[in-house]
Amino acid sequence: MSSIGLLLILGIYVSILFYIAYWAEKRSHSKWTNNPYIYSFSLAVYCTAWTYYGSIGVAANSGLSYLPIYLGPILIIPTWMIILKKIIRISRVNKISSIADFISLRHGNSRFLGALVTMICIFGILPYISLQLKSISDTFHIVTKTQSSSNIFTDTTTYVCIALALFASYYGTRYVDASEKRRGIVTAVAIESILKLVFFLIIGVYVTYFVYDGFGDIYTKASVLEGFHQKNSIGGITNGINWFFLCILSLFAIFLLPRQFHTAIVENNKEAHIKTAMWLFPLYLLLFNIFVFPIAWGGNILFQGKGFNSDTYSLLIPQFFDNNFLTVLVFLGGFSAAISMIIVSSIALATMLSNNLLIPYGFIGSLQNISPEKNSKRIVNSRKIGIFSLIILAYAIYRIFILDYSLVSIGLVSFVVIAQLAPVFFGALFWRRGSNKGAVIGIILGFLICLYTLLIPYAIGVSEFSSSFIQDGPWGIKLLKPFQLFGLDYLEPIPQAFFWSLFFNTMSYLAISVSFKGNYRERNYAEMFVDIDKYITNHEDAFVWKGTAYISDIQKVLQRFLGEQRTKRALSIFNLKYNVDKNVTMADARFIKFAENLLTGHIGTASAKILISSVVKEDKITLPEVLKILEESKENIIVNKKLTETSNELKKISEQLKIANQELVNKDIQKDEFLDTVTHELRTPITAIRAASEILYDDEDIPEDLRKQFLQNIISESDRLNRLIDKILDLEKFETGKQKIYLSKNNINKTIGKTLDSLQQLIKNKNITVEFEDASKEIKAFYDEERIVQVIHNLMSNAIKFCSETDGKISIKVIENSDVVEVQIHNNGKGIEKEDFEAIFDKFYQSRNQNVKKPIGSGLGLAICKQIIEHHKGRIWAENTEGNGVTFTFTLPNYNTTENSQK
Amino acid sequence: MKKILIVDDEPNIVMALEYTFKKNNFEVFIARDGQEALDILKIQLPDVIILDVMMPMVDGFATLEQIKKEKRLRHCKVIFLSAKNKEKDIEKGLSLGANLYVVKPFSIKKLVDQVNELLQ
Repeated sequence: MSSIGLLLILGIYVSILFYIAYWAEKRSHSKWTNNPYIYSFSLAVYCTAWTYYGSIGVAANSGLSYLPIYLGPILIIPTWMIILKKIIRISRVNKISSIADFISLRHGNSRFLGALVTMICIFGILPYISLQLKSISDTFHIVTKTQSSSNIFTDTTTYVCIALALFASYYGTRYVDASEKRRGIVTAVAIESILKLVFFLIIGVYVTYFVYDGFGDIYTKASVLEGFHQKNSIGGITNGINWFFLCILSLFAIFLLPRQFHTAIVENNKEAHIKTAMWLFPLYLLLFNIFVFPIAWGGNILFQGKGFNSDTYSLLIPQFFDNNFLTVLVFLGGFSAAISMIIVSSIALATMLSNNLLIPYGFIGSLQNISPEKNSKRIVNSRKIGIFSLIILAYAIYRIFILDYSLVSIGLVSFVVIAQLAPVFFGALFWRRGSNKGAVIGIILGFLICLYTLLIPYAIGVSEFSSSFIQDGPWGIKLLKPFQLFGLDYLEPIPQAFFWSLFFNTMSYLAISVSFKGNYRERNYAEMFVDIDKYITNHEDAFVWKGTAYISDIQKVLQRFLGEQRTKRALSIFNLKYNVDKNVTMADARFIKFAENLLTGHIGTASAKILISSVVKEDKITLPEVLKILEESKENIIVNKKLTETSNELKKISEQLKIANQELVNKDIQKDEFLDTVTHELRTPITAIRAASEILYDDEDIPEDLRKQFLQNIISESDRLNRLIDKILDLEKFETGKQKIYLSKNNINKTIGKTLDSLQQLIKNKNITVEFEDASKEIKAFYDEERIVQVIHNLMSNAIKFCSETDGKISIKVIENSDVVEVQIHNNGKGIEKEDFEAIFDKFYQSRNQNVKKPIGSGLGLAICKQIIEHHKGRIWAENTEGNGVTFTFTLPNYNTTENSQK
Repeated sequence: MKKILIVDDEPNIVMALEYTFKKNNFEVFIARDGQEALDILKIQLPDVIILDVMMPMVDGFATLEQIKKEKRLRHCKVIFLSAKNKEKDIEKGLSLGANLYVVKPFSIKKLVDQVNELLQ
């Protein structure tokens, strides 16, 4: 295929991807771009050209050792629900936009640590990007059957690379705030991930089922080749250990690689998306590996002894059979894998470069005094140039150094360098004591060992193959041989370098952190990182800061980067969130943290702290003080949590309180009415007594019979007064529970009879007929006879009072049920208003409509009856009898039930 | 002879009032509640009505409202007699058009003086 033709196809392909990115950016909130599948597939940026081509090379040359690169991630993915979620939460609340920010912030916005991490990343990843460019270049020449030109200006791949660099720098810097989501890029990357998998599966099926007759056929044919069995076994304990370290290495890589941190954390929209990724991503990795073996050995069978680069078998096989279409398809898949890695990595690196190296060490001073528009432009431009020059630099590295190395070896070197961040990174998640000093020394030491055991030997290897430095160690000291350091001779170079560098790294990190305490700011962030779940909603609360700061000063700084409008909006959000009055002039710790957060996305954590510190006066705080404050805020947060948890309950309780309060108010009104009525009831007899006494006192010639009558009145009114007082006291005793009930076995019919006897005179006077059925029958019940007599007397008196004037009739009936004894007293007088049925048992009840209507009798009788019956655990009620009259009914527990319950 | 209507459901109080006013040369009519008072007022035109407030059936306030509706009774002096001694009760009574509001217990001698004063 001609170069022009392939370039044309590439142009169309890239345009489509460009359009997808453009389309997705516009619909950044639609469900097409914001779903767990896009998230999961974007994670597959992990599978680069190295996976796409390199795995086949490894499988063909050295057997199964391509597998640990995928096994490692698959092993750790089940813990994502805890670990990844935690990292995402920390990054979200702190607006972290890169792994450098993450580590730097944890160690008290350490500028140096941020820069160190950035350099490690650039150092580790640049060759990795070179590798991708190499793969594009190599495969381009294979497809077009051309040779790469030694003059870079005549080599087509140079221009492909420049185009890529322009595309990435344009699309990767849409936002000044690096913690913003870039839906366009992410969606394009996800689509590319799908395409590369599909194309890889297509070539896999082609090789397995069209070139050969399935897996079995390839296996039979390949098994006669030299070294087949030895290559396709793990190979004993030493190789097992090598495998183990490679698994750990790639397990770290899935967290630490800047592009993985970017897609998995910075671009995560919803924590719930992790759930899908947890099954979809491992499945993706597994699918990618199904056809590695058949393609590799299929190629080995076909090209045996021809000395082709086994990395490119997937292209060579279809080309061998003159299948141009498949060849281009495979090339496009590999190209997708390469460019998504290049773009995402260069964006991540450029962000780190600007936010953690250039701004804090370079032009932070110049950013302070210019307009927000210019600031944004400057930051974006620095990133644009960063992305562009990183890609160009990677291309240069490729042209100069790694023309001859296989894909996998360079990739693994990258992994080992990046793995130096592992102790600090995981320490930040779970260990409070990790300190800045420990982190810096650990990383530097690890990197130096890496340099010695891996990078220098590889660099030497480029020039002179058999060097005495590698063979015999420096100055002939065997213990210092870079590939067998300290006599560790059974590990291959990569696992060996990984082991020793990580060993020294971790040990120095732990030892120094334990020996030298970090500053208070570090300790503060340690708490916030480790216990992120507690601080997730109000993380600003957990920030400890003391000093004097004016909101207006900080506001000015914010405006330089956010502009006036956004600053204002952010401030009002803050005021709302923490219920702060907008007229407050002094900034508190929460505001300082809030402001730092706003700046972090734009200029990185370290610069954010530097800028804010420049306008505030901070007081020194001791470590114990920080711990004390943190302890308090933790308690507060726990209390807050509990509060919100019980807020619903509180609402319910407050409803109940409202009701209870209304009841109390009603009771209060009732009490007033009661007092009112009591005074009236007491004053009435007193009035009569006073009037009679006055007459007797003043009037000397009063006739004898009248004088006696007045005296009689005084006596009867005094008695009335006394009875009233007795009743009030009775009621009071019942209501306060002081009244005792003396239960004994009694015959209710006998009690009724006794009461009727005392009322005979009254009944006779009003000419009332009393009917009492079965008066002689013995019906036993447990009750206080004296009290029940009082009840019956009261009900009978009422019945007599309200009986029909002319033809008065009262009937008494006792019904013995299984559990209660029911006494009914009916009179044929006027009925009671329905609404009054309940109320007549209230003391001094007054009908609602006529509030001055005089109650019947003293107004206390029925209230006392009710109390007595309820103290016997019975019920009392009134109802109108059909036809005419009213029936008052009360119940007493049946003798048998009472006896049973007392047993 | 001046006519007086005493309306109260307490027989002993009525008895004392009846005796005293008769002795002071009043012609005395007695009603036990509001309704009875209104019935008597249909055929009699007393100079003074002494009206208890708390009575069964038709209370004192309601009775006065009825009385005030009758043009014929416009010149009757009305005295409320009540154990309800709260300010709002007194105010209500006077606002309905009573000439006097006497709180129970009261001095019967003083009441006679007050009635005489009203009639002068």
